Amino acid sequence: MTPKISLLHAAWLVLKKDWQIEWRTRARLTAIIFFSLSTLLLFSFAMGPDVNTLRAHAPGYLWLGLLFASVLSLGESFRIESENQALTGLVLTPVEPRAIFVGKVFGNASLLFGLSLVLLPVTVALYDVELSRDPLRLVLVLFLGSVGISAPGTVYSAIAANARARDVMLPLLLFPVLVPLLLAAVSATRFTLQPDPQEQLGSWLKLLTAFDLIYLSVGFLVFPKVAEED
Amino acid sequence: MPSFIPLTLLALVVAAIVAHLASPKVRPWLWKPVAALGAVMLVALWYLGLFWAPPEQFMSDVGRILYVHVPHVWMALLAFTLNVGCAVAYLMKKSWVTDALAESAAEVGVYFGAVGVSMGSIWARPTWGVWWDWDPRLISTTVMLLAYVGYLALRSFTEDPERRATWSAVSAILSYVSLPIVWFSVRWWNSLHQVQSNPSTVDKPMVQVLRWGAVTMLCFLYVFIVKRYEIARSRQTAAMELPPLEAPRPEAA
Repeated sequence: MTPKISLLHAAWLVLKKDWQIEWRTRARLTAIIFFSLSTLLLFSFAMGPDVNTLRAHAPGYLWLGLLFASVLSLGESFRIESENQALTGLVLTPVEPRAIFVGKVFGNASLLFGLSLVLLPVTVALYDVELSRDPLRLVLVLFLGSVGISAPGTVYSAIAANARARDVMLPLLLFPVLVPLLLAAVSATRFTLQPDPQEQLGSWLKLLTAFDLIYLSVGFLVFPKVAEED
Repeated sequence: MPSFIPLTLLALVVAAIVAHLASPKVRPWLWKPVAALGAVMLVALWYLGLFWAPPEQFMSDVGRILYVHVPHVWMALLAFTLNVGCAVAYLMKKSWVTDALAESAAEVGVYFGAVGVSMGSIWARPTWGVWWDWDPRLISTTVMLLAYVGYLALRSFTEDPERRATWSAVSAILSYVSLPIVWFSVRWWNSLHQVQSNPSTVDKPMVQVLRWGAVTMLCFLYVFIVKRYEIARSRQTAAMELPPLEAPRPEAA
């Protein structure tokens, strides 16, 4: 008889498996790094060479770059499971499907978080932003934002991976839900890079945290239903 | 008007929808008197809204769009609430009835929401001077509409009926949950929308016409939802009754 393992342990195993697959090819990370690099470059071309405009809008460009990259990365996270029906195998293992959700969310979030750390020096080079104002909370914002994109994103990518026109479906379903996250993350990032005279950073951080918690728990509740149908 | 009347009306509509789903006897006729009532009330609404109600203090005649704009958005919210209720019910106990009702509520809600938002945009132009603005109610209604357009697209892109039902139910819940968060996040940006009025700040005839408009639209909401539900149900039965295409044909004698 298989020994029963705890949900967290199972989630950790799923996460480790995803990291291992990623580390062996490094294909996904490389692809999204170069994709978002070119997105950031395109923003600066589209806005023209005025450094002040670019610096003022840098948080928005950074998060749009991350958001576009996340669609590619999330789509891939269940596509690798559809080969040889790996997801069916995963669901059939004697662990809760919720462990797969938790593992996948943090797998996707860690990839996005890594990407955002890579993009930070690029924003300095392209948009001339100042990172040294509040680096700790900047990293916190990036982390919370990555988790916030991944929590609903993991549920939707599990759905879209099997639907027709999946490349259109994922952003169509995901972007409306992410509107508040985008607002909160862009504002919070702005106040870590630029002066924050009215001290608004705290409330945006709270909104980000609330968004993460809400979508982690909703996803946690509904993911088994999605996995059942895969 | 006593405050319990709106709730009573809502309960009546819900009861009528339930009766429509449950009883084949009610199904062929109940929608007809409601549709007739809605049509008569709509004609009266034209008169009441355009001539009987006094012009708005600051916006004069432009403000009259209120009597159709606000009821449309209310109906969209009601339809989406019904949709998410059906989604939760489907996930707790699978049933084709709740799936069909969820589909019809979402589609009718998108219709009412799209008309409501377009009318809001038309209203915004002469009063705020812009077609579009960072207003929490405007943005959250639009985001909700986009989410439900995605929901309908997901339904039409998924062939397997059971998958379609489960996935769209999950997607409906995720979209509905985002509503209050969208609302709060946009409200923290600057806002132009007039502070929400309540019956005590608005002239009495205007409240009466607005309520008249709401009841009119409620009639249409009911008729649209049950008729769209019938279409969804007959599509389901048609899909299930079709024989598999690869079925071996008996050789002709």
